[in-house]
Amino acid sequence: MAWTGNVLRVNLTERTCSKEPLNKDWALSYLGQRGLATKYLTEEIDPKIDALSPDNKLIMATGPLTGTPASTAGRYSVITKSPLTGTVACSNSGGFIGMEFKNAGWDMIIFEGKASSPVYLYLENEKAQLLPADEIWGQSVWQADEWLHNRHQDPLLRIAAVGRSAEQGCLFSGIINDLHRTAGRSGVGTVMASKNLKAVAVRGTRGVGNIKDPVAFMQAVNAGKKVLAEGPVTAEGLPTYGTQVLMNVINEVGAMPTRNFKDVQFEGAAKISAEAMHEPRPSDGKPNLVTNAACFGCTIACGRISTIAGGHFTITNKPQYRGASGGLEYEAAWALGSDTGVDDLDALTYVNFLCNEDGMDPISLGSTIAAAMELYESGAITIEQTGGIELKFGSAEALVKLTELTAKGEGFGREIGLGSKRLCEKYGRPELSMTVKGQEFPAYDPRGIQGMGLAYATSNRGACHLRGYTVSSEIMGLPEKTDPLITDGKAALVKAFQDATAAVDSAGLCVFSTFSWTMADIAPQIAAACDGDWTVDSLLETGERIWNLERKFNLDAGLTGADDNLPERLLKEAAKTGPAKGKVNDLAKMLPEYYQLRGWTADGIPKAETLSRLSV
Amino acid sequence: MLKSLQIEPEKCTGCLQCELACSYHHEGVFNPSKSRIKVFTFHHEGRFAPYTCTQCAEAWCLHTCPVEAITVNLTTGAKEVAVEQCVGCKVCTIACPFGTINYQVETGKVAKCDLCGGDPECAKACPTSAITYVDAEQTGYQRMRAHAAQSIKSL
Ligand code: SF4
Ligand code: SF4
Repeated sequence: MAWTGNVLRVNLTERTCSKEPLNKDWALSYLGQRGLATKYLTEEIDPKIDALSPDNKLIMATGPLTGTPASTAGRYSVITKSPLTGTVACSNSGGFIGMEFKNAGWDMIIFEGKASSPVYLYLENEKAQLLPADEIWGQSVWQADEWLHNRHQDPLLRIAAVGRSAEQGCLFSGIINDLHRTAGRSGVGTVMASKNLKAVAVRGTRGVGNIKDPVAFMQAVNAGKKVLAEGPVTAEGLPTYGTQVLMNVINEVGAMPTRNFKDVQFEGAAKISAEAMHEPRPSDGKPNLVTNAACFGCTIACGRISTIAGGHFTITNKPQYRGASGGLEYEAAWALGSDTGVDDLDALTYVNFLCNEDGMDPISLGSTIAAAMELYESGAITIEQTGGIELKFGSAEALVKLTELTAKGEGFGREIGLGSKRLCEKYGRPELSMTVKGQEFPAYDPRGIQGMGLAYATSNRGACHLRGYTVSSEIMGLPEKTDPLITDGKAALVKAFQDATAAVDSAGLCVFSTFSWTMADIAPQIAAACDGDWTVDSLLETGERIWNLERKFNLDAGLTGADDNLPERLLKEAAKTGPAKGKVNDLAKMLPEYYQLRGWTADGIPKAETLSRLSV
Repeated sequence: MLKSLQIEPEKCTGCLQCELACSYHHEGVFNPSKSRIKVFTFHHEGRFAPYTCTQCAEAWCLHTCPVEAITVNLTTGAKEVAVEQCVGCKVCTIACPFGTINYQVETGKVAKCDLCGGDPECAKACPTSAITYVDAEQTGYQRMRAHAAQSIKSL
């Protein structure tokens, strides 16, 4: 129970939509969303296929708690093989569409094949139809959203769509839902566009029931809400400042990657921080931040809704960007800001709007532009090649121009769309790409936060903070403080975070809930809602099972332990300033212990006994 | 003491927990589309506005109902729909100036806020206190207080 038990299979080649029962045994072993859809993916595709071929499948999956009142349970994930990394991709998004899938009666949708011309999926409860999308192909997500709402005359329709960047083959395009929430990383939007699938429009009115023990469930849910309402990060920090609460903190501890990781502190951090978003600006006396906003069912409400200052150069003659829309989160502010050396808050907000409008992952975009800036400044790229753009660190104009081009797949924007790894290889300087397994780093320099180096190196989707967020422990002291500058104990810490997060992601919950919730707050909610035996231990074991399944997919796809690595810069060039001054990341000290704790060989291959213990 | 729902849209984050609580109380399922309180999002203004029946003293829905299916709950002041009596003619939905009474296709009847018998679930579920249940004669006091705070600044 709690699962609807229904899977929608959409064959784009044949243009058919069919209903099938959810594999209950798999659900009991893999829970839902990330875990369960990865199980489906590994069973249904050969990991070696080309991610952009019709052989790849794309799964939109909810968790068993999605759509229930469990706080933060509005989430869904997109699972596919990534064109950016060649690994399994799983990108998670909030907003409202996950709950709508569930209300329409579906646990997951599996897309397979490729449509011969652009289509979108229209889903109204049981009714599933593929309809022509020729009129919105070549349009932005925001335009497609408006067109679909008008066409179906339904203001409550929830929409997820890909933008022009994805259509043009940008390798880090996401899928945007509810205008400004994104399944952002690893190019899941690129896969969707490669199938000629422009959008999914869904309306569900059936409700979410099927709770195993409603009384116990509501008790556990209310107890959980109380914990979130009382925890300092979830009750104060995130609602007031959003994830941007971290900008000044991370800068102070000297773990703020700056100018393509040449520096670890950004002199302009205060100007693009959460605090700056609250400051009234000279142009109109209003702050950048209009309000905070919640995803479905969320007590925390970390979302930012912002405006760009009137008269700013980015919006001259562009009235469509004068209203409020999704504002800067920490990752976006960092990647678009400190990593490129740009400290213009309005320019970053504009670029963030464009990332939402045309579905680009702001982390990969900012990092790739940062790499391009270093290539340019070192002479590897010339001004002729950039089409006249002076690609210097700190240039808001260059950032804005390149983002506009990448959004539409034009000019030098096409090269940015390759991502940092392919760009740096193309221009002969592969060492300048700050990536793991081809995916760009997020906003924590592993020289100043040692555990994150291991978390990045071993993440199953390439560099990523959301697979094992040891920042929580190393910087914020949650659930326990560890020293960010030492490597002792980090292997176990990374493993614990990775396993717990895999379970949280598979339940339908938001990982930010874990700033206040422990697994002991989460387990009773799942146990009361779902069939099966869900305890803290069984959830952690489920997380470990998911981790090993993802790992197996990647190894079968051709990756090896040698891919669990960091760029030389982080291993050899010491941090120049701040508390981590003189430090590099000591990955080699942590990795062997990590493999051992995982029950993997010295080459990073899960041992047979490990896989059989977990029944993978 | 008669109480009223007090709604302060500026506090709302658009999370829809009120809609979930409402639908669960009245319909036994978590289903925002069946909620009697609705939260509207004005994306480009960056605003969320929860909206529901204010329980008019002279309720137009009540006066207009041809079969007298809408009555006053004397304890709570709520205008309640007697489902057995409602014939689904929808006249009340036209009469209500605020649109807060609506037809349900599944039941063939109308549904509206009934203050949950005096313990409104939406107010209990709201994490930001954007919805509270207060003395009906004091729903303006919060705003009055805010303006009073402004005025003391200039003293
Ligand atoms: S914490 Fe933020 S991202 Fe997570 S569900 Fe709540 S509003 Fe959405
Ligand atoms: S529960 Fe409160 S904050 Fe959430 S949508 Fe309803 S009124 Fe707004």
